Amino acid sequence: MAVPKRKMSRSNTRHRRSQWKATAANLVTCERCREPKLSHIACPSCGTYNRRQVLDV
Amino acid sequence: MPRPTKGPRLGGGPSHERLILAALATALFEHGRITTTEAKARRLRPVAERLITKAKKGDLHNRRQVLTIVRDKSVVHSLFEEIAPRYENRPGGYTRITKIGNRKGDNAPMAVIELVEALTVAQTAVGEAEAATKRSVKEQETAKVETAKAVETEEAPAAEAEQAEESKDADKA
Repeated sequence: MAVPKRKMSRSNTRHRRSQWKATAANLVTCERCREPKLSHIACPSCGTYNRRQVLDV
Repeated sequence: MPRPTKGPRLGGGPSHERLILAALATALFEHGRITTTEAKARRLRPVAERLITKAKKGDLHNRRQVLTIVRDKSVVHSLFEEIAPRYENRPGGYTRITKIGNRKGDNAPMAVIELVEALTVAQTAVGEAEAATKRSVKEQETAKVETAKAVETEEAPAAEAEQAEESKDADKA
């Protein structure tokens, strides 16, 4: 079975992990409560979508 | 013809998917709105709407066909007697899916699927007016196409006649 010949250096490990990046969520302001929310999803703070109450808050 | 669903079934097997969808449809007709995962809601929508269409027809044959999926007789009764008359004037689109974000625990995207309200009188009027304008636009377009064809056929013989005259002139010269 093929196995690594050398231990991977901390430098290489850290260099690889420096490329792991999270992207910022694309937020819009809720029409009703002006809170930031994800687009195309009911507002979690006031529970409305398209000026219609969807969730009980 | 409707294209069959591709990819894996809900719950692992075709029979399990049928059971899941039947249970979800029963719950939807019982409660009016249910919260489920987005994938299940999207699969449920055509199933539920087909059942409502059958309920709108309302005869015994359709009732028996619905009973093969929704096993609960009281739910089927309320579907035929209360839900179906509400959608008398609505040409399909009886359910609404609203996404409500991801579930805590497994981060599954969740959605609310609900039966929409009955059409108000104003909405029906608007729908009919839009359909009428669509029809009139279509009629106008077909009329235009017909007149254009007629003009082309009239022009063609005239052009030929001109060419013939030109050739005669050439012969004289």
